[in-house]
Amino acid sequence: MIALTINGQVHALEVAPDTPLVFVLRNELGLTGTKIGCASEQCGACAVLVDGESTLSCVRPVADFVDQQVVTIEGMSEDPMGSRVQQAFIEEGAAQCGYCTPGMVIATTALLNQINRPTATDIHGALNIHLCRCGSQPRVLAAIQRVTDRNT
Amino acid sequence: MNVHPSIATHPNVDQWLEFTADERIVVHTGKVDIGQRISTALAIIAAEELDVDYNRIDVKRTQTGLDPDEGFTAGSMSMQHSGSAIRLASATTRHYLIDLAANVLGLAPGTLVVDDGIVRSLVTGAHVSYWSLLTDKSLSVRIDETAPLKRPADYSWIGKAVIPKGLVDIVRGKTVFVHDLQLPQMLHSRVVRPPHSAARIESLDTTVIKDLKDSGVITVQDGSFLAVAATDEYRATKAAARLFSAIQWNLGSGIPTKDVFAALRSNAKVSLPVAEGGAPIEQPVSPLTEPPEEATITLTSTLEKPYLMHGSIGPSAACAVYENDLLTIYTHSQGVYPLRGAIAEALHLPLDTVQVTFMPGAGCYGHNGADDAAFDAALIALAVPGKPVLLKWTREEEHAWEPYGSAMVCELRASLDGNGKIIDWSHESYGDTFIMGRPAAGRTGSPASKLLSNRFRTDAPEQSLAQPAMGPHVGIHRNLEPLYTIPKPRLVKHLVGRLPFRTSALRTLGAFANIVAIESLIDQLADAAGVPPVEFRLQHLDDERGRQVLQSLSEQMAADAAGSSDILSQGIAFARYKNAAAYCAVGIELEVSEQANVRLIRAWVVADAGEIVDPAGITAQLEGGLIQAASWSLYETVTYDANGVTSRDWDTYPILRFNNVPHVHTLLIDRPGEPFLGAGEAVGGPTGGAIANAIRRATGLCVSRMPFNQNNIRAAALKQ
Repeated sequence: MIALTINGQVHALEVAPDTPLVFVLRNELGLTGTKIGCASEQCGACAVLVDGESTLSCVRPVADFVDQQVVTIEGMSEDPMGSRVQQAFIEEGAAQCGYCTPGMVIATTALLNQINRPTATDIHGALNIHLCRCGSQPRVLAAIQRVTDRNT
Repeated sequence: MNVHPSIATHPNVDQWLEFTADERIVVHTGKVDIGQRISTALAIIAAEELDVDYNRIDVKRTQTGLDPDEGFTAGSMSMQHSGSAIRLASATTRHYLIDLAANVLGLAPGTLVVDDGIVRSLVTGAHVSYWSLLTDKSLSVRIDETAPLKRPADYSWIGKAVIPKGLVDIVRGKTVFVHDLQLPQMLHSRVVRPPHSAARIESLDTTVIKDLKDSGVITVQDGSFLAVAATDEYRATKAAARLFSAIQWNLGSGIPTKDVFAALRSNAKVSLPVAEGGAPIEQPVSPLTEPPEEATITLTSTLEKPYLMHGSIGPSAACAVYENDLLTIYTHSQGVYPLRGAIAEALHLPLDTVQVTFMPGAGCYGHNGADDAAFDAALIALAVPGKPVLLKWTREEEHAWEPYGSAMVCELRASLDGNGKIIDWSHESYGDTFIMGRPAAGRTGSPASKLLSNRFRTDAPEQSLAQPAMGPHVGIHRNLEPLYTIPKPRLVKHLVGRLPFRTSALRTLGAFANIVAIESLIDQLADAAGVPPVEFRLQHLDDERGRQVLQSLSEQMAADAAGSSDILSQGIAFARYKNAAAYCAVGIELEVSEQANVRLIRAWVVADAGEIVDPAGITAQLEGGLIQAASWSLYETVTYDANGVTSRDWDTYPILRFNNVPHVHTLLIDRPGEPFLGAGEAVGGPTGGAIANAIRRATGLCVSRMPFNQNNIRAAALKQ
């Protein structure tokens, strides 16, 4: 039995402790907003917040996350910054197919919670792991700009 | 008049529009939303011509048997096909319902107006809704292809900003992709692939299959097609790995390792001249002769484009269930009807016992693994009747097994006369076919033979040799014909055989390489003539809309002070996609470092896509296409050796990341009342061309091999 805190709720789960977190989120808890893109920590689609840090969930076993606060895209609207980031993504049309978008929202939220007015270097540091094949990156950057413009 | 293709097969209004009891309208379409916002554009069109609020309109996902068969969602044709059909269906319906209302209200139709589906008399205020008019009437009305359309001055929705269909759910993680399906008794499944396409199973340690069975994992085998299924997904992934290690492979002849560009030039091929209008003809190719006597300058140019991946961020997936003699498949395929035909044929099932429904997947940009995954899921589902099977490809599988965009070689030569006019032009393109790979009828080979796993089954169908595609601007000869005014260009397509990989449609088909090659040579000719690049193109371009796009680009770049920095270089390029769809000009500003790395700084896009329905949608398509084409141009190449594909993840097949995203400025030229021109692919070729030209201006090098990365730029420098 493994106890996990996901989106503020504690879940006791019968899962093999070596199961990567993403499978548990998706298949045991039905939180399918977190995506599997590469299963090798190369693309960012599986990002979740762990104690406020954007963290990839496709490789690390679920046992690593006991005693930590995990927030998925489904819990993002509870985070004041997460909600603002989501609104900015909608206003800027910062998604095409949307497969990478939850990971992008998570990474952007973590970044803006930590840095009020990130530099280009800060943004690259936070988002470079996140791949988008549709080419929504200019819109994502515009969404970040939209949030920081309101951070005055 | 020309019969509209989608209306010819679906002539009635109720095949496109459905008025529901909850006072909403459902648009039925054969075109699927793969992130390109087609459902948003179709909803806007319906809202406009029906005079109904956009938010009252839903666009249904295509399902075989219930929705129009419009073939594939491909080639930037959705607005011309579905968009025009839905526009005429909506206009027909509006006129029909106003007439009905006039009858009911006892008033003249001309005195009635419509506001969000309520027909109202301007005189008496009497009103009746669309939905109440239709409570006891069917909408089995033929579409009137001459129905008067809204005048642009009266538009309420076309060209206005809306929240795209589905976007709010996407951003909140609520969109259910096919990968996310969770059905009662569902099994998670993985395929165990051979090392490469020539390999087959020699022997398999059956004790492993028994062990797996004892632990609740089902193994499905048909020849060298092998898959596992289990209730727990993680267990299925581990079982697939274990099963792979239990196989002795017969590696056959391996993958041919001859350099692909050498193979393109020297392998057996079919060569055809491409005539005016952009279609090949069954005639001998005329030899390349000496340049004409009036030629004062003759330049040659070569472009080599490697195999490219579609590179979907989500590996392909599908869900299938076989129950009560009905095979139901959920797929992110671009063509649910053609796929149904291929799968029914492969499995020897009557067509009406196979039902295929579209569900969202990750963006595909052409024919990726979606159709193959659907067939995999079907094969496994047949072995476990009654249980839904959710089959997912792995990242490695998608990288190694998706049908790639063809490698190409373009060889060009052109001459100028003493007045700086192009008087001679030759362009030969070598490549594999782009368009024979889809599992569709009416093309080379049976549809079933195109399904990847069918090739590994015990009764694998014969593979036919690809035949040259003969239509205008298809396959490798898309945009081979230049739009510029050039007397008697010599245009040749070479369909090359015996190449190492399966290929199929990838966004823009041959247009990307052809446009990059044309625009590189045009830029060099401009320099040779001593004429600025925009001016030189204008001197050879009669098409007024094309001229305006180029002039706007030039003005915008000047306004943004492009070229004012000493360390940054600019390049431009232009094309009209298929010489028939959207016009697009691109400007790129970049820097080439001492280490020969290219850093993108700014990009400008100007496009004329006819009448604009969803401006933010077109802008997103253009920007996204630019980013994708920049990634092809700078980073991407499929690598392989005799043992198979070696670029099996995002480290070995890098694509553009955030740290090289330029600032993009997009300008749209709207043409109210003009036909829609597809925009999804217009920007690719001009982007590659502009990057090539900017690199040449930065380094003085004509880098002929893509990608324009450190290795290939250095190789070009050494050759000079």
